[in-house]
Amino acid sequence: MSATTSNALIQIKDVDLFYTQFHALKKVNVDIAQNSVMAFIGPSGCGKSTLLRTINRMNDRIEGCRVEGLVSIAGNDIYSKDVSVEMLRKKVGMVFQQPNPFPKSIYDNIAYGPRAHGITKKSILDEIVEESLRNAVLWDEVKDYLKRSAFGLSGGQQQRLCIARALAVNPDILLMDESTAALDPISTIKVEELVRELKNKYTIVMVTHNMQQAARVADQTAFFLNGEIIEVNDTNVIFSNPRDSRTEDYISGRFG
Amino acid sequence: MNMTDAQLHAKTQRRRNKDKINQLIFLASTSIGIIVLMILIIDILIDGIHFLRPELFTNFPSRLPSRAGLVSALIGSIYMLLILAPLSFIIGVGAAIYLVEYAKKGPVSNFIQVCISTLAGIPSIVYGILGLTIFVQLLNLGNSLLAGIFTMTLLVLPVIIVSSQEAIKAVPAARRDASFALGATKWQTVQNAVLPSAIPGILTGVILSVSRAIGETAPLVVIGAATFVPFLPANLLDQFTVLPLQIYNWIGLPRIEFQQLAASGIIVLLVLLVVMNITAVVIRNKYQKNI
Repeated sequence: MSATTSNALIQIKDVDLFYTQFHALKKVNVDIAQNSVMAFIGPSGCGKSTLLRTINRMNDRIEGCRVEGLVSIAGNDIYSKDVSVEMLRKKVGMVFQQPNPFPKSIYDNIAYGPRAHGITKKSILDEIVEESLRNAVLWDEVKDYLKRSAFGLSGGQQQRLCIARALAVNPDILLMDESTAALDPISTIKVEELVRELKNKYTIVMVTHNMQQAARVADQTAFFLNGEIIEVNDTNVIFSNPRDSRTEDYISGRFG
Repeated sequence: MNMTDAQLHAKTQRRRNKDKINQLIFLASTSIGIIVLMILIIDILIDGIHFLRPELFTNFPSRLPSRAGLVSALIGSIYMLLILAPLSFIIGVGAAIYLVEYAKKGPVSNFIQVCISTLAGIPSIVYGILGLTIFVQLLNLGNSLLAGIFTMTLLVLPVIIVSSQEAIKAVPAARRDASFALGATKWQTVQNAVLPSAIPGILTGVILSVSRAIGETAPLVVIGAATFVPFLPANLLDQFTVLPLQIYNWIGLPRIEFQQLAASGIIVLLVLLVVMNITAVVIRNKYQKNI
């Protein structure tokens, strides 16, 4: 576990999560520092995505899902009663596995979030759209086609559009749920470069099945197995000198 | 065991023949509908063309076929359409949104679901009895246009709710996720991410069921809608008649001219339905273009 607890933007302490009867996360502890990239790795069904989705409370949408323990962002318990889920999700953006643009124009996709939060002035929206697309390194590719349907973009462009869309509401944290799993290698590299760029402004938590990706992009890595975090440490330590034999078995490809 | 080329060829040929036969069966199925429709239209045109003249649209019903028209029925049907369509759309889609997006899944919502599906299968005349009890007698609306519209609304609601639910459920969950993850509320998500994709499917259900209602006679007979209405309804509480009732009335009269009048009434009703469907298709395409 990271020793720099005071520096942690996201604190996850003794978190248990149940889907009705199924115990999906067991006493999970992890701290995530500001302006860092944290990667969650581990075999399918081990709880990586589940933990990711507790950070923006997307699990609330699943009936029978119950969270115990503490999840806090900047010292505030995000599961406390007076937290507005809408404000939380504005601060904690999310990018999904499959690019999921709305069946709208590129412009309207980016403006969707700001509009939902009450921004209607065209000049401000124009600015947000341009800035978000620039931040996602998509602006030069689409600036002349903003009124065209987002479905006309390639898969990789669509995913960067989804990143831009998440950035448009000005979050502090960006959650990426296997966001390159559906992309070709070139698009994957582009997204990875983007993530390294974005960590200057945002704190990024990513779930990945691609261990090389974790090694390339993440500052810290957490290894999940059967709903537990087996080991969390600096990425180079996890990959070069893991403490737990199960971590070593997994990263050396003996299972998973 | 390897098949020889000849055996393989024979097998392929058999599969191809099967394909052809099936194609013919499906073609025949389609043809039955089209042929029946053609026969119907030709038959009605032959009978009805005689009375398809301007007076048909300006005269009120009369004992004399030469002076009879269906203006009161046509206007009655149009009034009903203009109020029934938006009313049933708002209530039906509202209920569908609630059931799919808001209601907790559990025994209660399952029970409601079963009730709605059952209601969709109940004969229309039963809705007439319901309308008679609630709107005509209990709410004291009499055999007015409003009572007729409310009764028809009840009739079309189950079908609209069921088909709208299907259309809403068909919107990919990823769209909802995207919207919620940006911090949108449930209503914002429904309004901006779900409904735009669901509207074409919803409209299809609304159009089909409202078309059905515009051609319905039985419930209106039960609530006591008049068949001889020599005036236009001045307000919603006036007596009224509609095209199918007028047609029904004419068919019941013994003189051959009235049969021909009924046929021309059917032509007018068909044209009204076609116009309505075209309008709806135009609206639907307009929405689909945005996607």
